[in-house]
Amino acid sequence: MPAVTETIETVQSVAEGGYKWGFETDIEMEFAPKGLNEDIVRFISKKKNEPGWLLEWRLKAFAIWQKMEEPDWAAVNYPRIDYQDAYYYAAPVQKAKPKSLDEVDPELLKTYAKLGIPLKEQAILAGVEGAGESPSDAAEGGRMPIAIDAVFDSVSVATTFKDRLEKEGIIFCAISEAVQNHPELVRQYLGSVVPQADNFFAALNCAVFTDGSFVYIPKGVKCPMELSTYFRINAKSTGQFERTLIIADEGSTVSYLEGCTAPMRDENQLHAAVVELVALDDASIKYSTVQNWYPGDAEGKGGIYNFVTKRAACRGKRSKVSWTQVETGSAITWKYPSCILQGDDSVGEFYSVAITNNRQQADTGTKMFHIGKNTRSTIISKGISAGFGQNTYRGLVRIGAKATGARNFTQCDSLLIGDQCGAHTVPYIENRCISAKVEHEATTSRIAEDQLFYCRQRGLSEEEAVGLIVNGFCREVLKELPMEFAVEAQKLLQISLEGSVG
Amino acid sequence: MLKIEGLTAEIDGKQILKGLDLEVPAGEVHAIMGPNGAGKSTLSYVLSGREGYEITGGSVTFHGKDLLAMEPEERAASGLFLAFQYPVELPGVGNATFLRTALNAIRRQRGEPELDAMQFLKLARSRMKELSMPEDMLKRGVNVGFSGGEKKRNEVLQMALLNPSLAILDETDSGLDIDALKIVSEGVNALRGPGFSALVITHYQRLLNYIVPDRVHVLVNGRIAKSGGKELALELEAHGYAEVAA
Ligand SMILES: Nc1ncnc2c1ncn2[C@@H]1O[C@H](COP(=O)(O)OP(=O)(O)OP(=O)(O)O)[C@@H](O)[C@H]1O
Ligand SMILES: [Mg+2]
Repeated sequence: MPAVTETIETVQSVAEGGYKWGFETDIEMEFAPKGLNEDIVRFISKKKNEPGWLLEWRLKAFAIWQKMEEPDWAAVNYPRIDYQDAYYYAAPVQKAKPKSLDEVDPELLKTYAKLGIPLKEQAILAGVEGAGESPSDAAEGGRMPIAIDAVFDSVSVATTFKDRLEKEGIIFCAISEAVQNHPELVRQYLGSVVPQADNFFAALNCAVFTDGSFVYIPKGVKCPMELSTYFRINAKSTGQFERTLIIADEGSTVSYLEGCTAPMRDENQLHAAVVELVALDDASIKYSTVQNWYPGDAEGKGGIYNFVTKRAACRGKRSKVSWTQVETGSAITWKYPSCILQGDDSVGEFYSVAITNNRQQADTGTKMFHIGKNTRSTIISKGISAGFGQNTYRGLVRIGAKATGARNFTQCDSLLIGDQCGAHTVPYIENRCISAKVEHEATTSRIAEDQLFYCRQRGLSEEEAVGLIVNGFCREVLKELPMEFAVEAQKLLQISLEGSVG
Repeated sequence: MLKIEGLTAEIDGKQILKGLDLEVPAGEVHAIMGPNGAGKSTLSYVLSGREGYEITGGSVTFHGKDLLAMEPEERAASGLFLAFQYPVELPGVGNATFLRTALNAIRRQRGEPELDAMQFLKLARSRMKELSMPEDMLKRGVNVGFSGGEKKRNEVLQMALLNPSLAILDETDSGLDIDALKIVSEGVNALRGPGFSALVITHYQRLLNYIVPDRVHVLVNGRIAKSGGKELALELEAHGYAEVAA
């Protein structure tokens, strides 16, 4: 079965309500001792057989982190996190990283199959031959194969289509592997977009990151397939700290997808990832996320604390980075995918849907730093609040004195379902350049009674009607997703809002 | 098939329907005429289950079941269709998506298999052709940016696809040009048969030349003031409500 259909069907089969990704895999795990100190940092580095410079880099980050205060400016409330009461390393026991998919623990393969993430290349390959040469060709045909890096707790367990990608000179692997095999690239770019001292959660990540994906697209290469990382938290009381680094060399193009789920647990688990993107001259990166971490139950018990730093450096002239995110999961989301528009004529885009239902809280948005001339940015944010959910858009548009001709357009729309939830918009605009143009539009609306009635008169249940109207509300963002993901995201939106009406 | 007895209903404490009796046997098309504000749209909303209307008395049976006890979507699945006087816009929701979701929701409630995208498109295209609707109307947002006449035609398209046993057409003729009026009427007439009844609410006798009714009722001040054959519509046109329904 092609990857696409398999994924869609799995989503359909789980779409009858509740969080259906909440199962736990029973597999032998290896943990570092609980708690966080220099020894744990050394332990992780040793486990990964890292070179000295990386250990030093981690230790420096740890020292910085220890002096930092947890930020409290976001509009989210949660009890103090005890950083000593968690595991910082958890990995399925396996000899070495499997050379081929045949060597991967069948329990793990089963887990991903259950999640609808196909790790079987052969099954998908049938669809590869017919796919077009460029990503856009293939996307139109709707049969784009997806290369997947599967991260299970702290380690990458499998990466598909590596050989095929290598033929194009593309590197797609776990970041721990890149450290071994491409140390010069990692050393050059790691921390170059999000430095160790950037913020509390980023510093923590620098000290203890365990795995994540690494992508390098060589000059002039258009990546022939979607690259995707699927993150799965499985182990109890374990933080997940992944680190992703994507470098698009001059004139290259890549589309990257990220998905994530976690078991249902009463406890809160911390996820503090860092994603760094670098786009050189004329390069373009499209980064899409469907974030579906366990959101906690209806009373707000359990769920993932998602504190993530994502940033892109548009270093090259005419480079472009486009962030698209669909945030449906997590108890708390704290996330501001940003673009540093250094190169002249570079472009940054941010398309976001964030849903908060029940007791979920999201404080999310973007930062666009216009540094180069004629840099352009577009921000489209759709926030949906239901139940007791709290949804904040927080965005910064900063235009430097030399960014002549810079432009930004921001549109923030909020949709409220019920009267116990909240939507907040906090835009910051700092413009130091007279010739720059900044536009901001914001709306807040409710689903109108006549819209619901119209749908129900046509036979839709109230929940289906809400799902349909919400999907319509999010259309401008959903259409930015690769087609396969768009279908999944639509279903996810509806599932996430279950129980929000009636 | 539809039997309304002594129906009284109010909105925001204001009584609109004041003891309304009406019976529509299977296979018949009845027209309802009446002055502005008489309660025609209110009747259509009460029958289809819109929130905000308080039923203070009377009963409605539909296919032998208590219609007023059903949720709006259950009424739809039982075969009741309302073509809205003011069709509602659903921004961002593609018309094709909406129509297919609706059709499949109803088919599911009836225990019929759902149609996949291809089957649906084939069906929708053929119905649209019959109604002379351009195909791009499938891609556009539901009623968004549609002209008045296009919205009404879109209502009739939905009716044709959902294949109801009782269609309430609330001023579907208003805003239609002559050609569209004929096309829409043909759309309604095509459904006529022993399993299809309709309540056609209109201000204009002209429509009834195309959709010839079995009965005509005059609704004044929340009640049926007079009923008759199709000639009653002509009488109303000639003499006005005040005289005919007095
Ligand atoms: N929410 C409301 N609150 C108070 N009165 C209302 C409300 N909705 C409708 N009405 C009143 O109910 C009465 C009946 O309205 P209705 O729309 O049913 O009339 P109608 O017969 O369909 O008129 P028309 O021919 O103009 O369409 C009107 O006087 C209207 O003002
Ligand atoms: Mg009316």
